Amino acid sequence: MFKIVHREEMAEGTVVLNEIEAPLIAKKAKPGQFVILKANEEGERIPLTMAETNPEKGTITIIYMVVGKSTALFKELKVGEGFQDVIGPLGKPTHLEKVGKVVCVGGGTGVAVLHPITRGLKDIGNDVTCIIGARNKGLLILEEQMKNASHDLRVCTDDGSYGHHGFVTDVLKDVLDSEDVKLVVAIGPVPMMKAVSQITKERNVETLVSLNPIMVDGTGMCGGCRVTVGNETKFACVDGPEFDGHQVDYDELMLRLRAYHEEERKCHNDYCTIRDAK
Amino acid sequence: MAETAEKAKKQERVAMPEQEPKVRARNFLEVPTGYTVKMAQDEASRCLQCKKPACVEGCPVGVDIPGFIEKITEGDFTGAIRNLWSKNALPAVCGRVCPQESQCEGRCIVGRKGQPVAIGNLERFCADYERENGTGELPPKAASTGKKVAVVGSGPSGLTVAGDLIIKGHDVTVFEAFHKPGGVLVYGIPEFRLPKAIVAQEVNFLERQGVNIQCNAVVGRTVSLDELFEEGYDAIYIGVGAGLPRFMNIPGENLVGILSANEYLTRANLMKAYEYPKVDTPIPLGKNVVVLGAGNVAMDSARTAMRLGAESVKIVYRRSRDEMPARQAEIHHAEEEGIELFLLTNPTKYLGNEQGRLTGMECLQMELGEPDDSGRRRPVPVKGSEFTIDCDLCIVAVGSGANPLLTSTTPDMTLNKWGNVVADPKTGKTTKKGVWAGGDIVTGAATVILAMGAGRDAANSMHDYLTLGW
Repeated sequence: MFKIVHREEMAEGTVVLNEIEAPLIAKKAKPGQFVILKANEEGERIPLTMAETNPEKGTITIIYMVVGKSTALFKELKVGEGFQDVIGPLGKPTHLEKVGKVVCVGGGTGVAVLHPITRGLKDIGNDVTCIIGARNKGLLILEEQMKNASHDLRVCTDDGSYGHHGFVTDVLKDVLDSEDVKLVVAIGPVPMMKAVSQITKERNVETLVSLNPIMVDGTGMCGGCRVTVGNETKFACVDGPEFDGHQVDYDELMLRLRAYHEEERKCHNDYCTIRDAK
Repeated sequence: MAETAEKAKKQERVAMPEQEPKVRARNFLEVPTGYTVKMAQDEASRCLQCKKPACVEGCPVGVDIPGFIEKITEGDFTGAIRNLWSKNALPAVCGRVCPQESQCEGRCIVGRKGQPVAIGNLERFCADYERENGTGELPPKAASTGKKVAVVGSGPSGLTVAGDLIIKGHDVTVFEAFHKPGGVLVYGIPEFRLPKAIVAQEVNFLERQGVNIQCNAVVGRTVSLDELFEEGYDAIYIGVGAGLPRFMNIPGENLVGILSANEYLTRANLMKAYEYPKVDTPIPLGKNVVVLGAGNVAMDSARTAMRLGAESVKIVYRRSRDEMPARQAEIHHAEEEGIELFLLTNPTKYLGNEQGRLTGMECLQMELGEPDDSGRRRPVPVKGSEFTIDCDLCIVAVGSGANPLLTSTTPDMTLNKWGNVVADPKTGKTTKKGVWAGGDIVTGAATVILAMGAGRDAANSMHDYLTLGW
C-alpha cells in the first residue's frame, strides 16, 4: 500500500491534495511526469500528473478534482490509509531550457501540473509570468505557490470575483502584445489549451501543452491514449504527455475523452447513491 | 510392444468435457472442464512409454513426458506433479495454452496412426489435481550461491527464468510494470481459456520457493538496467514481451470505438471489466463487432466480445482460412460460438459519425496472388469490390511489436531494425555484459511455450555465468 501522509481539501472541497509515500518514484520523478493510481482491488487505473515530489521525504503529491467515481473514492481516503497501487514516474519529463521570457498558463487543476514546471523554468533563469484562472475565487488553487514559483502572477476569474474578470486567454493576449515572449506553457481543460494554442499560433510563439487522454497502462502497450499530433498518431503516455500545442488535434481529443461518458456518469451516480445511503 | 501399439491405436483419445457452445458463448467460465481421475488414468494408459520419446524433443522445456504420465497410471499424482515441476514451473498454464499439436503431441508416435496421447490435458490434470488436493510440498532447492538476479517482466519467459534460477540457489527478484504478475497470462489470455486464479497459483508457487516479485516497477522509468547493477544485481534477464500494439494506419483510426486488442483484452482480463460495474474499469460494448486479424489474439478478442453480449462478431482477415495463424482449436471454438469469418477482406477506411464514434468500415475483397517473402500467397485487391461493413466496435489484432520503453533507456544494447533485442539464439546473451533476453522482445510476438523455452536456455546460461564467469 502507498500511504497518504498528508491531505488537504481545496477549492470548496472539489479539489483534493494527497501527499503519498512512494520513495522510488519521488527519487526519480521530474517535472511533467505522471503516475497511475489504483485505489483498491476493484479500482480502475487513473493517470495524474505529479504536482510535487520530495525525494528526501520519499513522497509525491497529487492534486485532483472530484469528477467521477474513482476520484470520489480517492477523496474518501484518509491520512494513514492509501492507494493499493501507484506506478511511475511515467511519461517524458518537461524539456526545461533557458529561453528568456516565458508565460505559464493554468486552468482548474491544471495549475497543479503547471506548478513544478513553472518553478523549474524559473530556477534555470527564465523570466516567468504566470496566469492562472478559475470559475470563481473559491475554486482557485495554489495561488501562493504559483506566486513563489514565478516572477509575476496574474489571476483571473470567470465571474470577476477575484483578480481579472475574464479568461486567462484575455490576459495572455495582453502579455503577448506587450512583451517578447519566447515560450508559452498551457495546462488545463482541453478547450482552454485549444484557445491558448490558437492565440499563440497567430503570433508564432512556441507553445507546450500537457494532454490528458484516457489511459489504461501508461507504458505504451495499449494505445488507448493515442492523440493526433501534426497528423501523426502519438501515444501520450510514452511520447508525451507534453506536445507542441500548435500540432495537436484538440477536437479529436475532446471526442475521445467522452468515449465512456455514459458509463462514467452511471458509475458515479451509483457510487454516490450507495455512499450516501450508508 | 507391437501388441500394446495395436491396443493404443484402437483406443480413442479420452475427450475432455466442455461447456456447450451456446452456453459458454455468454459466460466467462473456462470452456474445457478438465479430466476426472478415471479419464486421466484411461488417457495415460494410452502412452506407450517409448524408450526414445519423440514427444520430449517436441517440448521446448524438455518435460519428462513418459515419466509423469507413468506416475498418473500408477495413481501417484503427487509424484507426477513433482516430475513436471522439475522442468516446468507453469504446468497448469502450459497444459491449457500450448499449441501441443505442433509440439509434444505432434511428435507422439501413437498419433501416427490414430490420435496422439493428450499430453496437454494430462499435464493440466496434474496441476489442477495438485492445486485442489495436493500436499503443496515444494521441490528441493540448491544451497544459496549468494548471487542476485533481476528478471524484468513477469510473463512466461521471466517466470521460467525465475523458477529455474531459484531452484539453482540464486536470489531472484522479478520486476513487473503492471499491478499483477503474469504478463500476457493475466492481461492477454481470457479467463475462459486460462482462469486468472490459476495463474496466481503458479506465481504463488514461485513466491513460496523464494522468488521476490515487485509489481508497479517500470524498468526503464522507475529504475534503469544500470541502476539495477549498481544496486548489486549480478545478472539481468529481460523478458518484457512484445507490448506495442500495431494499428492498420488507415483513415479514421482514432474514432471512438476502435481499440487495440491489447487495450480491449487488458480492460477485460487484467481489469476484469467483464464484471463492470462490480469493478470500476469500463469496456465498450459493441452490438456489431469487427475484429481485424486472425491470430490467437483475434480469436480471444472476438470470443470476449461475444461473451460481453454482442449481436454479431466478425473476424475480418485479408488472407484465406489456410493462412489464419490461430490454432485450429481456437478457430473451431470461435465458429462454434457463432463468430463469423470474413476472409479475403481488407479494410481501407473507418467510417464515423459527428460524435466521432465508429459506424462502419469500408473494405475491399481480396484474392490470392503470387507467394510473397513469407512464402504465403499475397492477397491482392479485387478491382471494384468495395463494400461497407456496419460496426460500432472494432478491435485491431494485427500483431504487436517491441515496446521501446526499456530498450530506449539502455543505449549500450544492440537492437535489430524492428527494435527487438539482439540475443544469442542458444544462450539468450545480449550485447550488454551481464544481460540476457528472451521471449517476444527477442523474437517478436510468438507463443507462451517458445518464450518459456527461451527462458530455460537463458537461465542455464545465466547459471553458468554466475557460477563460472562470462
